[in-house]
Amino acid sequence: MGKLNTTRNVTRPDDVYALLIEAHEGKTKEESDAFNARLILTLMNHIGDEEVIAEALKLAEG
Amino acid sequence: MSFQDRYTLAYKTYPYEKSPDQDLDQPVRHPVVVAGGGPVGMALALDLALKGTRVLVLDDHEGIGMGSRAICFAKRPLEILDRLGCAQPMVEKGVVWNLGKVFHHDDLIYEFNLLPEGGHKFPAFINLQQPYFEKFVLDHVRALQADGLPLEIRGKNRIDAVEQKNDRAVLTVMTPDGPYRVEADWVVACDGASSPIRGMLGLGFEGEVFKDSFLIADVRMKANFPTERWFWFDPPSGAGASQLLHKQPDDVWRIDFQIGWDVDRAEELKEENVRRRVADMIGQDVEFDLVWSSIYTFQCRRMTKFHNGRVIFAGDAAHQVSPFGARGANSGLQDTDNLAWKLKLILDGKATSKLLESYDIERIHGAEENILNSTRSTDFITPKSEISRVFRDAVLALAQRHDFARPFVNSGRLSVPCTYDGSPLNGPDALEGPARTRPGSPCPDAPLDGGFLIERLGDRTGADFQILGIDVDVPKAFEAHGIGCTVLSVSSKGNETLRERYLGDAESAVYLIRPDQHVAVRWPAWDADAVRAAIARACALEV
Repeated sequence: MGKLNTTRNVTRPDDVYALLIEAHEGKTKEESDAFNARLILTLMNHIGDEEVIAEALKLAEG
Repeated sequence: MSFQDRYTLAYKTYPYEKSPDQDLDQPVRHPVVVAGGGPVGMALALDLALKGTRVLVLDDHEGIGMGSRAICFAKRPLEILDRLGCAQPMVEKGVVWNLGKVFHHDDLIYEFNLLPEGGHKFPAFINLQQPYFEKFVLDHVRALQADGLPLEIRGKNRIDAVEQKNDRAVLTVMTPDGPYRVEADWVVACDGASSPIRGMLGLGFEGEVFKDSFLIADVRMKANFPTERWFWFDPPSGAGASQLLHKQPDDVWRIDFQIGWDVDRAEELKEENVRRRVADMIGQDVEFDLVWSSIYTFQCRRMTKFHNGRVIFAGDAAHQVSPFGARGANSGLQDTDNLAWKLKLILDGKATSKLLESYDIERIHGAEENILNSTRSTDFITPKSEISRVFRDAVLALAQRHDFARPFVNSGRLSVPCTYDGSPLNGPDALEGPARTRPGSPCPDAPLDGGFLIERLGDRTGADFQILGIDVDVPKAFEAHGIGCTVLSVSSKGNETLRERYLGDAESAVYLIRPDQHVAVRWPAWDADAVRAAIARACALEV
């Protein structure tokens, strides 16, 4: 495959997962959707590499 | 006065007998009364009695309750039970397992192995029905009582009132012959999640209630499933939102079905309905006997403090978790391990009740860890919001093909022993040694002289401390502040496991180990003054 890292890369997965779920607590469906969109755009900027982002988009298609 | 049992007994092991105390005008004073004869209460009573403390157990039933209930016993509790002398029959009877598998529909998405390393006397887990566990402890108690173990059990003795005095508690105890009173220096309430004593003292039990319920079915069948923990999200049978399959001794299998919050319990528990769910799961043509079934809902909560005046709480009475992770009975047994030596020192006048503060600090630390882990597992298994479910399902979908998603799959993070980081009893870490043996850690096992290190640490018959010297000169015996130490001096030569777990890059080490096999402090070399100060600190002594 290409440059996207698909092996485990998070030291404490339960902590990170809990952060994500907690961030959504108390939000309506619309608020959660908008939050997810902002989150994805922020992470895309952090990644920077267009090729990696394209691979991730493909992976998420299932 | 009627005296109804709240549950059916598996073994009627301590039928009611009238005690001479009941006819006395003045209540008899006991050093320790343990309320409740379940796994936690009986382990604590045995531990204290082995240490020479006279213990009275009061139980409102006359023996061991029916139903498999707690079935997973972890390595650390087995080590504790081994110190008490009754782990061996449990391991012999129990089903040893290490491997867990998680499925989504039909697909295997995640596997874990709990004990990838060697050099341990005990396995990561055994599965054993709770009545067997309790029976092995009680058989051991009975055998030792014949040799004078100072432990008395009174069945059908129900505590109806607790009065706190400055230096004791006064209990009003109901029996089939009417009420009588008992006095105790200390009362340890091991009376379960709905602790009547906690209620009598008006103490809170705050936390989170999860809106789902699980149907447990214990099924006896000849099946070819391997000895592993199998968990399904959205199982293909559709018999529940999730399912767990786990082997117990005697060809019995534990099956858990997640059946939702708004269920008609009586309807679901009808034998034909339970059998229908089981058949949907294991196949319509597989023959089985239904051994036991029950429906449970679950909470994650704890008391703010684990002791109040002369009453101390342990096990489910003090903290309750959801069952995912086997953190209930296992943490209760660690409570008893932590409490027994402290209470012994206090009763012997070698420490003050200030030492009890550390029981709260250390075991609340343990309870918090257990509550955090089991809350997260429960949130993953039974998502409490739509978006939580969306992410959960995304993890499950990704996990099948992509390694990175698998660590997020949470079907229960299984009980590991608690390290008491930050405890006031710990000294500063003076050794550049391995993290797993830092102050506060339970001593990890290692092979030693053809046996195991764990068998030679801690104090079974008292509250002496342990000095472990590795590749260094230590005195043959040591005592400080009236507290004795047994000394074990070993060489790491040719013992790579010991070196790796206790020395790391250090050339030598001296460990001060508490009676409960937790590390208090460690140093690179012997220093009598430092050891003396560390013992005072570990016993909360003002010197």
